[in-house]
Amino acid sequence: MSAPVLAPADDWAELQGAALLGTDRRPLPEPRTALAAALDRTDPAGALLDLAAVAAVRRRAGALPAPAVETPAPAPDDPRPALPEAAARRLAVLLGTRSGQGTTANLAELLPQWLAAARSRGYRLPPALVPTLLDTARARSELRTDAVTLAGPLGRWLAPHNPDWTYVTRTAGEQDVLDQPGELLWQEGLFAERVTHLTRLRRTDPAAGLALLASTWSTERAEDRVLFLDSLQDGLSLADEDFLEAALSDRSKNVRATAAELLSTLPGSALAARMADRARAAVRHDGDRLHVTPPAACDAAMQRDGIPVKSPTGRGERAWWLGEVVAGAPLALWTTGTGLSPEQLLALPTVDAPDGGGAEWAEDLREAWARAAVRQQDATWARALLGTPPRPGRDTRTPGAPAKLLAVLPPAERAAWTAAFVQTHGLGDAFQLLGACATPWTPPLSTAVVAALKRAAELGSYPWSHSGVLGMTERALAPETAPAVEALVADTAPDTAWSDTFTRLAGTLRFRQAMLAELENS
Amino acid sequence: MEERWSTEHVLSLAPDPASLKAAGKLSGPAPWSATGTGQGALWGLCKGSGSTPYRTAVELGTPAYKCSCPSRKFPCKHALGLLLLWAAGPEAVADGAAPPDWVQEWLDGRGRAAADKAAKQRAKAAEADPEAVRRRAEKRSARVAGGARELRLRLADGVRRGLADPQPPGAWEEVAARMVDAQAPGLASRVRALAEAPQDELLEEYAMLHLLAGAYGRIDTLPEALAATVRARVGFTTDTADLLAGPTVRDRWHVLGSRDTADDRLTTRRVWLRGAKTGRPALLLAFGRPGQAPDLALPTGYLLEAELAYHPGARPLRAVLGTRYGSPEPAPAAAPAGLSPAGALAEYGAAVAEDPWLDGWPTVLADVVPVRTPEGWQLTDGTHALPVRRGALPETALWRLAAVSAGHPVTLFGECGHHGFAPVTAWDAEHRPVPLG
Repeated sequence: MSAPVLAPADDWAELQGAALLGTDRRPLPEPRTALAAALDRTDPAGALLDLAAVAAVRRRAGALPAPAVETPAPAPDDPRPALPEAAARRLAVLLGTRSGQGTTANLAELLPQWLAAARSRGYRLPPALVPTLLDTARARSELRTDAVTLAGPLGRWLAPHNPDWTYVTRTAGEQDVLDQPGELLWQEGLFAERVTHLTRLRRTDPAAGLALLASTWSTERAEDRVLFLDSLQDGLSLADEDFLEAALSDRSKNVRATAAELLSTLPGSALAARMADRARAAVRHDGDRLHVTPPAACDAAMQRDGIPVKSPTGRGERAWWLGEVVAGAPLALWTTGTGLSPEQLLALPTVDAPDGGGAEWAEDLREAWARAAVRQQDATWARALLGTPPRPGRDTRTPGAPAKLLAVLPPAERAAWTAAFVQTHGLGDAFQLLGACATPWTPPLSTAVVAALKRAAELGSYPWSHSGVLGMTERALAPETAPAVEALVADTAPDTAWSDTFTRLAGTLRFRQAMLAELENS
Repeated sequence: MEERWSTEHVLSLAPDPASLKAAGKLSGPAPWSATGTGQGALWGLCKGSGSTPYRTAVELGTPAYKCSCPSRKFPCKHALGLLLLWAAGPEAVADGAAPPDWVQEWLDGRGRAAADKAAKQRAKAAEADPEAVRRRAEKRSARVAGGARELRLRLADGVRRGLADPQPPGAWEEVAARMVDAQAPGLASRVRALAEAPQDELLEEYAMLHLLAGAYGRIDTLPEALAATVRARVGFTTDTADLLAGPTVRDRWHVLGSRDTADDRLTTRRVWLRGAKTGRPALLLAFGRPGQAPDLALPTGYLLEAELAYHPGARPLRAVLGTRYGSPEPAPAAAPAGLSPAGALAEYGAAVAEDPWLDGWPTVLADVVPVRTPEGWQLTDGTHALPVRRGALPETALWRLAAVSAGHPVTLFGECGHHGFAPVTAWDAEHRPVPLG
């Protein structure tokens, strides 16, 4: 009998033995109680079952609890305010959802927003929802930071007991800065835990982070060194320069390249100054034009500063070196050296210095400036490179990756530029630009997107050719736009793909509006 | 005027989580028009993706639902959405209106159908020849008794040969079919369970089945209450109307928990109650076709003033719901009073002494900490520990329990038995019930 509770001592084992082998081969156990003795034993099999029934009921009726087990220390208190009840119900719905289908709202897309909104308001989740959230974030790693922060002390208390949730200790939440013995974690932790620890430390005390990394640097594996270097982006300053300079001589090419890129974003660094010298030699301002003389070779010093000899994409060598040099040089070099604004510089014609002909480097130069603007997060240059939002009839191509340049601009400007782009060009090429805009989208941007969807529907294109943008729209459209989308539903022929699409979008917007409103009512 | 239901009450009507989610999206005013409530009914038009809106109506007393949508879920998302809208507040659905024609026709039709059914039943009862009824009952008793005898022989055969000797595949299925033929479905399902029982529990299962079959063989000599228990376990059913015609217990019933289980033929809902005055436990069962919610909806943590009629037995537990006095309302935020692990096992022991086939007894455990150990989850009060019955809860539910407790003692409702404790509901730090299943 396998009852996990303690049972009174009896003859169960003997009965069990006789039953397993069979009463044809084993005799019945001797009766031990008056009741057992009183049973009819003429048929041994029937008697055995009678005895077993008496014993089983006796054991069940007399079951005793096992001794106490040791209890773990309880979870630390969570002082955050409780989630409003409606919001708690909403979260339960969001967590229970698979990807949306048909004309219903797409809830899987809304969970990240819910989590971010709840996290920014600093709520404590109902404990019963924490395990489901941790399970969900295990499968969707983009949710982890928000999930771990929301799960708070309870999540970290639960996680060590469940092997599925080991990621929790390796994810940097925001409440739990440095609450673990850091030195020990750094010496003995898993790689991901160490990266998390270093990142957290860099956010609060960059110098201590650098010192910690330096203390074990020589013994780290090359692939780990690259990722540790990446964590230095947080709190990067000239104080890190010596360390990064030394890393330029690293055995690993990837470590060298990463160090060079970090140094190039530090305008006061020696590497930036060396790049500036090279850039000045390559691009000379002469009155009303720019003379471009790309480097003739990639010398050892350039290679040490992170410029690969061969272009990974197989571009012409000199164009490649020119790009690397200009992208690595501080942008201030150009404006202070010439007294011109970025717009004016971009308007200057370029000439090939030796023979004075052609503008073949103009595009390479603009691309390199665009990369520098992104690396150095220079909004003035990004604005100039993006230019005025394109107008109908003018097909101005923006250098570099416009979405990356957009990301350098303040959110409102990003949205305005993208709205103008969508008004002119529709949604066909807008996916990455929209992705660079802060969510929820501003009302003007949302209006522009809805108008573009309306045009697309009228032109008879298929909704699924816009599926990328539509998915993003569900996440990001301003709630104020809901009436406009509902008007679209009314205007569209029923039972068509577009009517389903708009119905679903309207449903999602209503859901999102309600979901965010609930988080405000505490 | 029908009192407005709470949102929780509406949510508990949903046949499955997907319906709940779909209904949540229809719970705002936007898709609805021409809504109203009055004369015990609630109605409205819901805009779907098609051009004609769906006509949705709910008769609140039973409750019963009607919707022109093609969904086979019952109630459908439109009915749930409409109920949610109505539960949200008076501004959403106008009160005291006269039902439009399409609702009135449906209500009238329902009234006629109910009257017809009652009339038929009365006619049937009047027609029934008491002598014929008695003969039918005797015939069935004889068949069941024959089945029980045969079962005892098969069990004894097994023990003679030895339980280590595996039964040929399908052997128990064949015996179960014989029990169905013998009109003893209770014996049949226990026989089927034998095929699944682990080796070390086999003797126990054989013995309890042997005891049950033997008890039926001498049912005339048993005390009346125990005889009723044996009859119910063998598979005789009792008519609800007959039960309600007998004695009932009126109390304020506290809904301690609810659990749905489904196989491919049937959804079974168990709702456990405890009387606030009498302290008596009760178990209500309701059934639905797959994809349909059983029509019994009582939210955990609520109080319902009502009459219950217990099925007869040595340890009455299963009951049917009779007259309700008002709608369920939330119980005050407090965990129900409970027992220690030792007290819970003693209570189960007392129940087993009266009904030896009881595998578990509804129990509130007070102040226990769930702890995960290498041997499985344990519930401990610092003096003793009770294991969580293996397989009683899916892993996710056990973690939910751990999270609700957070290492602090909690109050738990569940079934306490010889395999341990099967939790159904936990009360959180704010003393609100959290369903675990």
